[in-house]
Amino acid sequence: MIAAITYSLLQEYWWIIISLLGALLVLLMFVQGGQTLIYQLGKTDQERTIIINALGRKWEFTFTTLVTFGGAFFASFPLFYASSFGGAYWVWMAILFSFIIQAVSYEFRSKPANFLGAKTYEVFLFLNGLLGTILIGTAVGTFFNGAQFSLNAYNQVTWQTSARGLEAVLEIHNVLLGLTVFGLSRVLALQYFNNTIDNEAINGRTKKMLLFNVVPFLLFFLSFVVVLLLKRGFAYNPETLVVSLEPYKYLHNLLQMPLVLVLFLAGVFAVLWGIGLDLFKTPGKGIWYSGAGTVLTVFALFLLAGFNNTCFYPSAYDLQSSLHIRNSSSSEFTLRTMAWVSLLIPFVVAYIWIAWKAINNKKINQDEMDQETHKY
Amino acid sequence: MFESIDLSLVNWSRAQFALTAMYHWLFVPLTLGTTFIIAIMETIYVKTGKPEWKTMTKFWMNLFGINFAIGVATGIILEFEFGTNWSNYSWFVGDIFGAPLAIEGIMAFFLESTFIAVMFFGWNKVSKKFHLLSSWLVAIGANLSALWILVANAWMQNPVGTTFNPDTARNEMTSFWEVLFSPVAINKFLHTINSGFVLSSVFVLGISAWFLLRKRHVVVARKSILVASIFGIISSLSLIMTGDGSARQVAAVQPMKFAAMEGLYNGQRGAGLVAIGVMSTSESDPRNENLKDFAMKIEIPNFLSYMAFLDWNAFVPGIHDIIDGNEEEGIMSAHEKIERGKFAIEQLRLFKEAKKNGDTDNETELRDLLTNENFQNEYFKYLGYGYIKDTNFLIPNVPLAFYSFHVMVMLGFMFLGMFVLALWWLLRGTLENFRWFLRLSVLTIPLAYLATQLGWMVAEFGRQPWVVQDLMPTTTAVSNISTASVQITFWLFALIFTSLLIAEVGIMTKQIKIGPKTEEKGGQK
Repeated sequence: MIAAITYSLLQEYWWIIISLLGALLVLLMFVQGGQTLIYQLGKTDQERTIIINALGRKWEFTFTTLVTFGGAFFASFPLFYASSFGGAYWVWMAILFSFIIQAVSYEFRSKPANFLGAKTYEVFLFLNGLLGTILIGTAVGTFFNGAQFSLNAYNQVTWQTSARGLEAVLEIHNVLLGLTVFGLSRVLALQYFNNTIDNEAINGRTKKMLLFNVVPFLLFFLSFVVVLLLKRGFAYNPETLVVSLEPYKYLHNLLQMPLVLVLFLAGVFAVLWGIGLDLFKTPGKGIWYSGAGTVLTVFALFLLAGFNNTCFYPSAYDLQSSLHIRNSSSSEFTLRTMAWVSLLIPFVVAYIWIAWKAINNKKINQDEMDQETHKY
Repeated sequence: MFESIDLSLVNWSRAQFALTAMYHWLFVPLTLGTTFIIAIMETIYVKTGKPEWKTMTKFWMNLFGINFAIGVATGIILEFEFGTNWSNYSWFVGDIFGAPLAIEGIMAFFLESTFIAVMFFGWNKVSKKFHLLSSWLVAIGANLSALWILVANAWMQNPVGTTFNPDTARNEMTSFWEVLFSPVAINKFLHTINSGFVLSSVFVLGISAWFLLRKRHVVVARKSILVASIFGIISSLSLIMTGDGSARQVAAVQPMKFAAMEGLYNGQRGAGLVAIGVMSTSESDPRNENLKDFAMKIEIPNFLSYMAFLDWNAFVPGIHDIIDGNEEEGIMSAHEKIERGKFAIEQLRLFKEAKKNGDTDNETELRDLLTNENFQNEYFKYLGYGYIKDTNFLIPNVPLAFYSFHVMVMLGFMFLGMFVLALWWLLRGTLENFRWFLRLSVLTIPLAYLATQLGWMVAEFGRQPWVVQDLMPTTTAVSNISTASVQITFWLFALIFTSLLIAEVGIMTKQIKIGPKTEEKGGQK
């Protein structure tokens, strides 16, 4: 079956995989959101230890998904990888530094002879939570608003500003997406804590904080979506590949791709349903709906960015340098080879599920922290 | 095709990649090896039920966890550094290079990260067998990730399974199996993971020796030495075999690197192997001050020819043969390769121009030329040479390659000797009498780290100036960014990685001093 797929279908298939990985990454960034809540939810050392251990058992999933997302993007759309990373140098470096400091923080935080001190690592976790989410969201915002680059005849990138990607924060719509991701990560984290932690004090605080965080998240999200649907987008002619600006491009995409519209609406509904469950009915159950809803919504947004003859990495400087799935992908051979490899994904998902259930079969509480030999 | 780039940008970009890669490589070998050592110990625990094996497993697992975290921290930048600092490279070869990186994530990283959680937190949550399986899967995952990145690196050393597409101005994959199963990749993968196994064995041996010197945790120490020495002997023998294989591959596909490693300036039939050599600091070849004469050397006659080509009388090209050519032995001169490379670059430029001007006749003619198999083999194969202005640039740092290689080999044999002695005396029950050996075992730990770093120095400094052998020199591969930007990030990485290294060493040393926590039979204390 894979042998028979055409090149253009392969390109679309890989944009779907990238979109799915992006969506999973946003979901898993509940870890980052939780890291920004450690001191708000945990008032004693013991409480903070419970929170950090609840997050610590999942932090590697987010990290691995980020790395796989980058690798998959490199393999399937190498011109994006080369142009964005080589061009927007400072924004990607800032994101990467924030993840470097996260990676050691869980393991090193509570260990004796720790010359940087536990507090340093908690600050590292906070910084990763804050910067990782906002900067990734802002960087992804450039998928809709464009970036400042041009490509020459040999597809070599020249970035047009000395800020090298940091200028993305000057576009408010990019920042709205960054703040949306930040807000969502905190909401999901609070729901995750409801599901995973059994501690009266922490559980009491998560309920209050959930309402406090849901409101700004929804405001940011709504603002982002409204502006998105009303703005011009970067369209390309499928015959000539010439790029032009099209008014209401993303609204048109939503209406011209009804399946994406259904996914988007279902996703938003599920997120709201999950939040509602946690706020008004059964705290702890909501994460399943909000989590699934997050994946559907973000997945739909990525499809909006790359399908229906849309440039997924537009150049605001030189329209014709904009990247879409037709001009930035790997060769047919590579995409087909990688498609075979992608058949492993269901097995990966299956064993993650099995392992997750095995470790998460009961909530984390103080007793477990007292008995656990390996804790963060 | 590629603009002339400021050399300081190239050198700082190289320095940054070397810094981040060397830091990462401080931690990866221990992960590669200790995961298997831990899995072996846990297997013995599950089979025998003896609590001391669980004690050992958890102790080494604790140290592994500390090491793993910083390994991950130093690794993430490498995944993206190909893009941030080597964007021209990323486009030019991304069609081939990107695939192994993606497969590494899908196949290996998720396996590692998923089951590591079970390994650390699942002792009281899952069955013994599921926990044991998880430990093995972590070991397999870690080594699988090494496979894919080494396949990618091997392709840089010997670009196979690829063809050049003039329309996209990049190399494109034509055979995945050729890339995956290239002899360079197979030898490199096996040699590299075995180097990790040897380092881990030295690590376990050294720390266990320290316990014996202090007369602490004697049972755990002895059993750990048993596992480490056997694992170390098997890995060392495999290391020697695959090292031999790797060197033979280098002789075949990277003759300049081979000549530099062996300090061979003038090629000869029946070339001797310099087993030990010291290069002069003052005398040098007037054509290139990098080419130092030997002040002293012990040479084994004919051995280099045999090792390289399995023929006692084979011709082994020296640096001068590769630069000046050798008609008798059918070696093309560098000058000729440069001319052919320039011709290939010019044809590509004309093709791009014809395409831009809408000159379809010319465009078609040039496309046919550029995609012709003969042209690809006779001209495009030397594309990278077309950017070389001075043939001296083609010669890597010879003393660096020579010493790195020879010291690495000597240390490798030293480690094998130590494993054999450790096992022998342990089985005779006399190991603790040889306190000098126990002290030496402790002091050998940093030497294992030195050996593994030297190996990568041979591999990567030895291939300069190429980032892709013969196709792309480093000067054309860098991202078009300011040197100052790279300098800033270089020092930021140096600061953060050094701080984290100091933290890690402190934490690890403390955990070693605390020692293993004794497990009771059937449960834990």
